[in-house]
Amino acid sequence: MGKYTIRRLLTAIPTILVISFIIFAVVDLSPSDPTGNLPLTIPPEVRQKIREALGADDPFAVKYVKWLQQFFIAEPLNFIETTLGITFPGSEDRVRVISWATRGPVIDIIAERLPQTLWVVGSSYFLGVLIAVPVGVYSAYRQYSIFDQVGTFAMMVGFSVPTFFTGLMFIVIFSVNLKWFPSVYDTTLVVTDIESLQQQLRQMFMPVTVLTLYTTAQMSRYTRASTLDNLQQDYIRTARSKGLTERTVVMRHAVRNSLIPVVTLIALQIPGIFAGALITEQIFRVNGIGQYLIIAIQGGDLPTVQTVTFIFAVLVVIFNIVADVLYGILDPRVTYS
Amino acid sequence: MKTKLSLLLILLMALASVAGIGVAQEDDTVNILFWQAASHMNPYLGNGDKEFSAASLTLEPLARYGPDGALVPFLAEAIPTVANGGVSEDLTSITWTLKEGLIWSDGSAVTADDVVFSGEFCMHPETGCTVLNNFNDVESVEALDERTVRVNFTGPKPVPYGPFVSYLSPIIQKAQFESCIGAAALECQESFRPIGTGPFVVDEFRTNDVITYTANPNYRVEGQPAFSRAVFKGGGDAESAARAVLETGEADYAWNLQISPAVLTAMQEAGLGTVQAGYATSVERLMINQTNPDPALGDDRSVWMADGSNGHPFLQVDAIWMAMSKAIDRNIIASQLYGIAGVPTCNILLGPAIYASPNNDACLDQDVEGAKALLDDAGIVDSDGDGVREYMGIPLRVSYQTSTNAVRQNTQALVKQWWSDIGIETELRNIDAAVFFGGDIASPDTYSKFYTDIEMYTNGSSSPDPEVYLGNWRTTEITHPDNSWNGGNVARWYSEEYDVLLDEMSQTADLDRRVELAIAMNDLLVQNGVMIPLVYRASVFSALANTVDGFIMNPWESELWNIAEWTRS
Repeated sequence: MGKYTIRRLLTAIPTILVISFIIFAVVDLSPSDPTGNLPLTIPPEVRQKIREALGADDPFAVKYVKWLQQFFIAEPLNFIETTLGITFPGSEDRVRVISWATRGPVIDIIAERLPQTLWVVGSSYFLGVLIAVPVGVYSAYRQYSIFDQVGTFAMMVGFSVPTFFTGLMFIVIFSVNLKWFPSVYDTTLVVTDIESLQQQLRQMFMPVTVLTLYTTAQMSRYTRASTLDNLQQDYIRTARSKGLTERTVVMRHAVRNSLIPVVTLIALQIPGIFAGALITEQIFRVNGIGQYLIIAIQGGDLPTVQTVTFIFAVLVVIFNIVADVLYGILDPRVTYS
Repeated sequence: MKTKLSLLLILLMALASVAGIGVAQEDDTVNILFWQAASHMNPYLGNGDKEFSAASLTLEPLARYGPDGALVPFLAEAIPTVANGGVSEDLTSITWTLKEGLIWSDGSAVTADDVVFSGEFCMHPETGCTVLNNFNDVESVEALDERTVRVNFTGPKPVPYGPFVSYLSPIIQKAQFESCIGAAALECQESFRPIGTGPFVVDEFRTNDVITYTANPNYRVEGQPAFSRAVFKGGGDAESAARAVLETGEADYAWNLQISPAVLTAMQEAGLGTVQAGYATSVERLMINQTNPDPALGDDRSVWMADGSNGHPFLQVDAIWMAMSKAIDRNIIASQLYGIAGVPTCNILLGPAIYASPNNDACLDQDVEGAKALLDDAGIVDSDGDGVREYMGIPLRVSYQTSTNAVRQNTQALVKQWWSDIGIETELRNIDAAVFFGGDIASPDTYSKFYTDIEMYTNGSSSPDPEVYLGNWRTTEITHPDNSWNGGNVARWYSEEYDVLLDEMSQTADLDRRVELAIAMNDLLVQNGVMIPLVYRASVFSALANTVDGFIMNPWESELWNIAEWTRS
């Protein structure tokens, strides 16, 4: 297993490099222009000067190597410096990955936004799993019961109604009519006491619920299908014939086995938490990573788009490995050698 | 299972009870929503209104444009003119004097050096300044003493109010930005918290998200600003921003709501706030083709000839276009189709208000009988009984095009009806906006090719000074195959008299004379059948909470230009 993990990690390095090249090529070759969003009154000569100042007109190879150098050398060095408080020689001249639109280091902005994305998207994911697993298991155990029918209906609705619709509906119901929850997320809120905690919970309620609805729907269908599969297996009949209680049969035998694919699914979706929920963040003004990426794409901000998408790509690769390894740990039938 | 569910229910109920407190606003904080978020606060590097406006709370120029388009001194003592000696006789330099005792929010003194530096910052070739236009024709900026600055131009500049005027060109602190000039501007961290002279000081800046400000203790006006904090939240979309002010009351002000006025009017009914419309210069008008758009002419279709040989067969006849104008009920178009977004007009130049001509208001009242009489008296009658009048044997049939858009098609339908009432038949066309306003030389359907008799669209001046806008109808601007149909004079109007007025304007600095000239040019345009103005359109909409007093809409400046004077009612 250890060997397998190391081998996978090593092969991931060229994969990640190829990914970085492809992302860079796609973003760079797309006809976006960092000066494209500027007011129309700005003449072409001025635009040209701005592009030159940004280095946007440099040849592809120069820009790519610059980015590699900034991302893989300058950023880690800077990270070490700030966390350990030491200074390497040449620290003054080191250029970090700088956003064209904000003129600030991209990594700092990501770090600034990570908390709200993790809070909102992370907790909705956590809640989603918490609700989805019992619902899915019970639905499967009592297949075609009223609970299953209602659950299936609710999950289909959650699955098929887009978040921009549920989000808007929630705002109209809870903000406009009932005035219970704020529709504008305050990212500067710091939780220090009970009152600010209440405020935080209130502002999280709508975006988290909207996202939870969606995650729950997806996850519970998966759990239900997997549990149904296992409940029909021979070993369940054997367990029952041994005289075990229903509780033990379902919880210890069926559910444990059913959750193996669900766990890997959960692991595979974790990078999505970091990516944020593009639309939901936009609707409630959570202004996390997802909204940052959207703004960067619209503004033709190549260093930002490149860096953010690349970080996602790395997370996806890593969690793929995690999922595979987990599978091997959870399911003794699977061996890697 | 059951306990879990009931736990969840209890949690939800607890949340609801917490929520019962409602969405309260703090009285001493003004909450501003921009659905585009500010990336930084350096206007010289700004990407759009979001950066310029965010900076306008902190940074101030020497003078701003007031709501009426006239300059209001901010950091300057007075507006320099030729009359007060601030602008040199030969119009090549302008001298500004700073107010006495100005200090930055950090307590240091504002000096002429800061002004000079602001100019250098933008004009440095490697800075990549986005508002470099404001510094057109600037030769040098020099400090004469602690409080006096002179801007020298390369030639006579009748309107020398580009540099250091308006929120696009404020004064930044030399001590703070000195290390950021030129190529270093790319990584300028100072742009996130500029030190300024304005009513608010940046407290915390979060890129593309939210900016919190506190009141500037050193602000030069006693007792201002009334709010001790300001929050500038970005992101989301225009509609939800409007909702947050008008329906949920979470914010005090929502900027530039580019959504249908009908939607805004409906939201306004919740009674928490009002929609503020800003009228700049946009006028919806009918352009009258001065040349012959007959398809039979082939390559000469709608092409202006210097010898006047290809004129329109009947639209240059005064009685005809005047009757067409008289037959239109502008009040109905404005009130029924535009609502809060437009008012009827008979002029092509309406903003700033000083430039609006008082001479053409007669057309505001529809006069169908008068229109018929005008045509009858000119001998233009329906001689063959088909319901369409003839002029010298040519039936009055016009084609009328515009872009595809519900309001425009409804306007077309109304106008067609009114014209048919006076015996003029209209064929309507509408073309997708991307094609109609697009620059495709191969397409016959662009507004600039103008292959119909009449076309309708909106245009206006991009700056408070109308000289550039009025320059559109210069003879040399006539849209023509020779300039790839790229001129501003789409109606293909030719007038020596007009060109003379334009020439005079380009050498006149005196504001009163400029106003006279602008009004004269407007009158020439609307009294010679070049255009039939219909509706003066609002160019910006914003939402303002009822609990805020002192807001004055200003289409020429940052909408937050007078935030120091806002109060909580």
